[in-house]
Amino acid sequence: MSDAIERTSAPWDYAPAPESRELVKLQDRYGLFIGGAFVEPKSGRSYTTIDPSSEEPLAEVAEAGAQDVARAVEAAREAADGWQALPGAERAKYLFRIARQLQERAREFAVLESMNGGKPIKESRDIDLPLAAAHFFYYAGWADKLAYAFPGRSPRPLGVAGQIIPWNFPLLMASWKLAPALAAGNTAVLKPAETTPLTALLLAQVIQEAELPPGVVNILTGAGSTGAALVDAPVDKIAFTGSTEVGKAIRRATAGTGKRLTLELGGKAANIVFEDAPLDQAVEGVVNGIFFNQGHVCCAGSRLLVQEPVFEVLLDKLKQRLQTLRLGDPLDKNTDIGAINSRAQLEKIEALVATGQQEGAELYQPDCALPERGFWFRPSLFTGVTQSHRIAREEIFGPVLSILTFRTPEEAVTKANDTPYGLSAGIWTEKGSRILWMAQRMRAGVVWANTFNRFDPTSPFGGYQESGFGREGGLHGLAPYLALDGPPA
Amino acid sequence: MSQAAPLARLAPAPVAMPGDAARLVARSPAVDAVGLEGRAASLATRSIKQASKRRALELAIRCMDLTTLEGSDTPGKIVALCAKAVRPDPLEPTIPSVAAVCLYPQLVPVAVEQLANSSVAVASVAGGFPSGLGPLEARLAEIRAVAASGADEIDIVLNRSLFLGGRYADAFAELVAAREAAGTAHLKVILETGELGSYDRVRQASVLAMAAGADFIKTSTGKIGVNATLPIALCMMEAVREFHAQTGRAVGVKVAGGIRKSKQAIQYLVVLHETLGTHWLTPERFRIGASSLLNDILMQLSKGATGRYAGPDYFTDD
Repeated sequence: MSDAIERTSAPWDYAPAPESRELVKLQDRYGLFIGGAFVEPKSGRSYTTIDPSSEEPLAEVAEAGAQDVARAVEAAREAADGWQALPGAERAKYLFRIARQLQERAREFAVLESMNGGKPIKESRDIDLPLAAAHFFYYAGWADKLAYAFPGRSPRPLGVAGQIIPWNFPLLMASWKLAPALAAGNTAVLKPAETTPLTALLLAQVIQEAELPPGVVNILTGAGSTGAALVDAPVDKIAFTGSTEVGKAIRRATAGTGKRLTLELGGKAANIVFEDAPLDQAVEGVVNGIFFNQGHVCCAGSRLLVQEPVFEVLLDKLKQRLQTLRLGDPLDKNTDIGAINSRAQLEKIEALVATGQQEGAELYQPDCALPERGFWFRPSLFTGVTQSHRIAREEIFGPVLSILTFRTPEEAVTKANDTPYGLSAGIWTEKGSRILWMAQRMRAGVVWANTFNRFDPTSPFGGYQESGFGREGGLHGLAPYLALDGPPA
Repeated sequence: MSQAAPLARLAPAPVAMPGDAARLVARSPAVDAVGLEGRAASLATRSIKQASKRRALELAIRCMDLTTLEGSDTPGKIVALCAKAVRPDPLEPTIPSVAAVCLYPQLVPVAVEQLANSSVAVASVAGGFPSGLGPLEARLAEIRAVAASGADEIDIVLNRSLFLGGRYADAFAELVAAREAAGTAHLKVILETGELGSYDRVRQASVLAMAAGADFIKTSTGKIGVNATLPIALCMMEAVREFHAQTGRAVGVKVAGGIRKSKQAIQYLVVLHETLGTHWLTPERFRIGASSLLNDILMQLSKGATGRYAGPDYFTDD
């Protein structure tokens, strides 16, 4: 029997289970999607987009210059009258068509998302793609009901929306931006992030196949300068999701121009665990809160606040759980932690983690092997963190959790709110009244109770303070794309 | 197990007194249903292929309690079951024996005789299975009788009437008495989780059974509508993990009822592996109570070896 135990106690390595890349047919190079067609950039510039898990090049992508931006905005302007003149039900048909295509081609999109962004296929497959389709379905439903959405307010579209999205959820953010804009009768110029343009370009193909009128959606790939040109272009609204630093620059640039603006920026969310919490599930929620998408999540639960009596037991459980996280090939169906999105982001994470160590916090990482090529960072915990440490204040945007403790609910509220950000918060307790008491006091756009990082198109999402303003999702997400006359609600 | 005389073993002693039972229940951690089910669902999406699948399927066989618990069971049926247990596939000697056969008390001597020269253990239900509501003395007598007739393992039931009625000390005392009656036999305590109504209750019952000296905690009798589920198994494994952290004693988990397909068995093994770790991947700490599952695994193994699925007629029906 003892022999048998030794034999069975050998590690059970899961064989590689990679999702096939064959569904994805990449072109060597991509132009800009303007006026319903792919065109060569007038800038004459292009860049190579890579797979961050291997640093292998995937395709050449055009870099839109100011002239290209002007051309795209013009195309959107020309399409605007026709688009808003369409009955809402007709606009909805296009959105439903796009939603169905996203579902039908979900696997292709998911594989491409993981190839270009580094996120695990199980997340792009089970979260990004279903949610992206759900957003189009949801807002398609509003397209012919705008008058009922805002009773007595005569909602009208704004015109042309300039939309700039981040690299952490490339396709999902494109859906968050495009679906409400189009449902409300606006046309759009969308700029995907520099490092993750490919699913937006595949979406452009879907939009072509859906026979959306030319110019209603234009997609411009490029870097920060392209985004800056779009902000300066004659658009009626700017919607931006990204860093607080860029958000501030956009706010300065749009001030006094009459352009509507919504900003969804950074965060440093507190995930608060009380001593009566369901601890084993709280561990899962904490892990999901900070290691989901390698921590590249603006609402990530990057500060864990633990009530002192359960600090040690929770920490032990967390460390054990970290040992079971599977880091590696983003396309492997069993991968939990994929690649860091870019070298620049990896360097930023490394610098902040080094700061944390210099400031005296204690770092814990599981002993998982890192692939030789590509950009990787081990899931990490910091203990001994105080409110004044930089790792407790600055957004790391990586798989790094800072753990602090508290004694009373009041102290938890104070510490949770002691941040310039205010995007999300999590509360873990068995006591319903305490959940409500805490939620009333959290300065955060989303408060999750006994869960974390849950999204739904019907639920508004957005921030306080340096996390931005305006809401996306739900009825609230429709309002920023409409001019509302009549008495305010 | 009847073959090589097992090393003399000390049965686990209770780690609490009946007077502590209510406190153990009260201190048992809360379980959040949404989070628990989410975690189980996420583990169920693990993709287990090739060599890792073969290893899982063989392990599932080695952890199997091949079970028949029918009123119609006869010695003839048990003889056939034992033959299958020892050599699941007559044409494929590399396929391991199962861990045990599991049957009713009256048939234990038949199985003991049949399995005398094998590694397969004899497990019997006892203690008023499946309700556990007969007179206590009769239930204890049944456990003693089963132990005396040579059963290596005894599967008893938690008294849900006492437990759900809040009479924790009495329920606990019954478990302690059963532990004593079972002597050195391996004691598996069936919680009948389908009757407990919440994951909190499953966790509390797990704690009581472990503290009373159970070698294994087991999900179900297989006699009611709701049997083992992945979240219930995960909930019990989390209780085992905590008990191990607190007392140093490793308690086994047995899932039973409704597990008919290889894919389900692999999912349970994944949950086990990622909750309790490699050291629980052994028949000493994990069992699957099943009957038709065995042929499905044999079919999957043969498909893995030949690349084709063989029809059901190519596997023995016992």
